[in-house]
Amino acid sequence: MYPIVKKRVLNETVTLMEIEAPLVARKAKPGQFIIFRIDEEGERVPLTIAGYDREKGTVTIIFQKVGYTTEKLDTLNEGDSLQDFVGPLGEPSHTEGIHRCAVIGGGLGVAIAYPQAKALHDAGAEVDLIVGFRNEHLIILKDELEAACTNLIIMTDDGSNGNKGFVTQALQKQIDAGRDYDTVIAIGPLPMMKAVCEMTKEPKIKTIVSMNPIMIDGTGMCGGCRLTVGGETKFACVDGPDFDGHLVDFDEAMARGRMFRPEEAKAKEKLMKTHTCRLTGEER
Amino acid sequence: MANMSLQKHPMPEQDPQVRAGNFKEVALGYTPEIAVEEAQRCLHCKNAPCVTGCPVNVPIPDFIDKIKEGDFEGAYQVIRSQNALPAICGRVCPQESQCESKCVQGIKGEPVGIGRLERFAADTAMAAGKATAERAPACGKKAAVIGSGPAGLTCAGVLAKAGWDVTVYEALHTAGGVLMYGIPEFRLPKALVEREISNLKELGVKIVTNAVAGKAFTVDELLEEGNDAVFIGSGAGLPNFQKIPGESLCGVYSANEFLTRLNLMKAYTFPEHDTPVKIGAHVAVIGGGNVAMDAARCAKRLGAEVTILYRRSEAEMPARAEEVHHAKEEGIHFHMLTAPTSIEGDENGFVKSIRCIEMKLGEPDERGRRRPVPIEGSEYELPMETVIVAIGNSPNPLIKKTTPDLPTEKWGGIQTDDNGRTGKKNVYAGGDAVTGAATVILAMGAGKKAAAAIMEDHPA
Repeated sequence: MYPIVKKRVLNETVTLMEIEAPLVARKAKPGQFIIFRIDEEGERVPLTIAGYDREKGTVTIIFQKVGYTTEKLDTLNEGDSLQDFVGPLGEPSHTEGIHRCAVIGGGLGVAIAYPQAKALHDAGAEVDLIVGFRNEHLIILKDELEAACTNLIIMTDDGSNGNKGFVTQALQKQIDAGRDYDTVIAIGPLPMMKAVCEMTKEPKIKTIVSMNPIMIDGTGMCGGCRLTVGGETKFACVDGPDFDGHLVDFDEAMARGRMFRPEEAKAKEKLMKTHTCRLTGEER
Repeated sequence: MANMSLQKHPMPEQDPQVRAGNFKEVALGYTPEIAVEEAQRCLHCKNAPCVTGCPVNVPIPDFIDKIKEGDFEGAYQVIRSQNALPAICGRVCPQESQCESKCVQGIKGEPVGIGRLERFAADTAMAAGKATAERAPACGKKAAVIGSGPAGLTCAGVLAKAGWDVTVYEALHTAGGVLMYGIPEFRLPKALVEREISNLKELGVKIVTNAVAGKAFTVDELLEEGNDAVFIGSGAGLPNFQKIPGESLCGVYSANEFLTRLNLMKAYTFPEHDTPVKIGAHVAVIGGGNVAMDAARCAKRLGAEVTILYRRSEAEMPARAEEVHHAKEEGIHFHMLTAPTSIEGDENGFVKSIRCIEMKLGEPDERGRRRPVPIEGSEYELPMETVIVAIGNSPNPLIKKTTPDLPTEKWGGIQTDDNGRTGKKNVYAGGDAVTGAATVILAMGAGKKAAAAIMEDHPA
């Protein structure tokens, strides 16, 4: 069992947890991921490693309540334990040779962009961190983000923080203003990563994306996480999760991401039926 | 006096119509009466040719003698002296090409049902709670085993029995490897695998799950941390695809993924278990091995109309005859001499059909199997919603990548001598990681030989 040693609600849909997992913490590096399982009936779900403390033997994960398992995970508290927690999986991000870059995080991608930006910033690179949220109430990790980059640009869809627009618009503005990035790193929903890659293709800026497809074992055995990259089949779990964004077939990845949507809805129904709200005591 | 009947006692089985709708075990096992009668067919040949056909050298005539006498627990102990996992071997070993192929009774009639008797002895001892083995006093030696499939468990069992301190590292959340994620419940009940594993734990074997070699730790670290020997039994690895158009459509699974969802994650109980499996009314399974049969029979149990597509003829099928027979009984269609050329999708990216071409057999290839050649103009299309690709695996790169001084074959398999010694000192390997996809018993044989080599190289 893997105890939850810390839980911090970042906004209404995003939660941070620190999990005691010494075997993972010992070797974890930015860009890698873990797979967890809540209980004996649980599914295996991959999540990017948001941070780690080798001495304490803990690993930090940040998740958004998007489906059945993440909703259920959010009902757990400090002192509870996860049934399984395995990693570090995948290849670490490569930070060598990056001197001036834009790291772009959309939605939950912000949580994953953060350790990458921090690693690059710590290594001495000039980092513009461009992050986007739906509105200002959803902004997470502001202090951490500020400390992990040279320039922090926060966009909101509704302009409630005074900076209306998408992360892609902010990136375009930076490029137009003459910021000559050697690398762009985009992490977030597939449509966002696709849009960034379309934008950086023409000015030929190397663009790395972090893929998070459906997977089971995470060690190359099932092949469920396969992607087409430069016309070749790649497994996100052992070849990635980082790939050259200009080579990734995003349309295929998006279609594959929708494969189990009806089943996901069915599983969620189950949670809704059985979940008793701890605040009001009502059945939800 | 030996029973001179020319026929083996048939295995009681679930009716094909009924079992095609459930995941319960197909073969029900001999009763004590049938077992004793079948045992009496054994001639107890002095030279015991059957034993030469067994990769782990079970003293077959001796255990059958015990069954004749009605000493079923004694029979189990005889098997267990050479075989760490009798209940498993009795079910999934290809006896027809091993022990039973050498049986003298098989010259005129059918061989003695050795596999069925082995299963009977193991099941009876387990049900009576007598399935434990003796352990030698601790010898002060320590080994790490990577992978808890048949190779790793066997190696661990042999070493533990000899008094070694053994820790098994498993990447998944459950120990058992292919016995848990690959072979379906109806052919190998998972409770039985768990029971065999708990027997090993009673021998003192420690099992660490959620531990990925090459990621959480390396082979060199295991050696530095005080292990006298490391055995690598990491299994077959990454699933192969055909490289035909449409393999990334929704509804195309590797057999590994499909079987793992069902067997390890219990997707056939969804939503009771959280992992789903999506399957259409028409399922094509590509391939002709045991894994293809397992996938097809699982799909059938989920209610689909299932067709196996195999590019050679039935004679070349690598699957066990019994598995093919069971699949046919359950109503699975076989399209032999058929190769898929593309998978077609609908506007949402889901599979809608598979295009195939008919083949004929040409000249034999380097392994003597006749090479299939496409028949021009014979293309046809079958409506399908699900396609399962069961055409083998390529070695997993994780251990190789982090152990650069471990010599491997060009295709990625780990190089060993006949006794499982790799080119790296104190490192041994066996099973599919060495041979490529093979059988449970060959992996067990490799694990057993490697354990012997480990003890020879590290005398207590």
